[in-house]
Amino acid sequence: MSLKVTDLACARGGLPLLEGVSFALVPGQALVLRGPNGCGKTTALRTIAGLQPAMAGQIDSPPDTIAYAGHADGLKATLSVTENLTFWAAIYGTNGIDHALDRMNLRQLADRAAQNLSAGQKRRLGLARLMVTGRPVWVLDEPTVSLDAASVALFADVVRAHLAAGGMALMATHIELGLPEARVLDLGPYKARLPDPSSGFDEAFL
Amino acid sequence: MIALLIRDMRLAFRAGGGFGLGLAFFLILAVLVPLGVGPDRTTLALIAPGILWVGALLACLLSLDRIFALDYEDGSLDLLATAPVPLEGVVSIKALAHWLTTGVPLVLVSPVLGLLLSLPVPAYGWLLLSLMLGTPALSVIGTFGAALTVGLKRGGLLLSLLVLPLYIPTLVFGAEVVSRGAQGLAVGTPLALLAGITAGAVALLPFASAYVIRINLR
Repeated sequence: MSLKVTDLACARGGLPLLEGVSFALVPGQALVLRGPNGCGKTTALRTIAGLQPAMAGQIDSPPDTIAYAGHADGLKATLSVTENLTFWAAIYGTNGIDHALDRMNLRQLADRAAQNLSAGQKRRLGLARLMVTGRPVWVLDEPTVSLDAASVALFADVVRAHLAAGGMALMATHIELGLPEARVLDLGPYKARLPDPSSGFDEAFL
Repeated sequence: MIALLIRDMRLAFRAGGGFGLGLAFFLILAVLVPLGVGPDRTTLALIAPGILWVGALLACLLSLDRIFALDYEDGSLDLLATAPVPLEGVVSIKALAHWLTTGVPLVLVSPVLGLLLSLPVPAYGWLLLSLMLGTPALSVIGTFGAALTVGLKRGGLLLSLLVLPLYIPTLVFGAEVVSRGAQGLAVGTPLALLAGITAGAVALLPFASAYVIRINLR
């Protein structure tokens, strides 16, 4: 089982952002995507997660292996921490949220409504959701935003444990994740060349 | 799937969930119409079926934009789209949750409001039956409208404009059932058409809604 991306090109809002991105992940590996703001990190991750079609190239992964976590944590403000996690566990057909609560240090907050959590605590809950999905490939977009240093270390430990258990992680970030062993792929050189304006769509009508 | 239904129901009943919004609107309408039209029982009895059906329809419309907009804003919709549940199922469950929290309460209070509007006695059964048959169509069609406008900020107006024309057949046949029932006429034809619209909408629209959501999430 592996995640293999070949010659991927993707676009956002009809504008090509990236082309020719290729990499492969095997169990136990983590890959960090880097690059300046707007270079297409999020778009690449959304494409790999299956939320939008690729313009070109191939994404090979066994079906139902990817767990995606975007910028938003997908939490319901009026549900408690336990209720939020239990819901996602039920959706992914796994049981037991205790492990995730313990690992992300959410035990004391278990009965608190998500609307009363701080930004960092919400983020921890969002990451705990990944642990209850039971899926091997984690696709994470800026996972450590608004986390404090202790929580970043906690997150790095969780990712390490996931990798050690044969999982994979694909992360986009521009800040330090505390995972020196992860490979880094800079997306800067894969920027899509802008289409030649002279060969535009309008030509066909002129 | 059941977990999603439970979550949506729970969210609707918690603070700010929007449960009761449609119900309150329906109640206000039924209280205000007799005050506006006057207490003449024959006039009220004549317009009661139409008022009740229009009220139920508008009450349904009020809460439509919440079906997907909230899940879109907090990122849940992205996560649901990547989860191991078919999006068609998610859409159907969301429509069902909307019906259970909006449609069913409207059906249940409608006889009481019929009393306020001097609805003739033989029509009560038909009122309940026609709303029971018709409101699922309102929820399913509304879910389709909500799916179409999901990425738009303040898409409420556009949603109403898109959905209202689609609601017209349900309204026409639903109100026809009640007014024919009130006059003691045969109601078979409008009732069958009403049930047909609901069955068709429930069977086909979730596929359209799921497809539209996939496009809107890109």
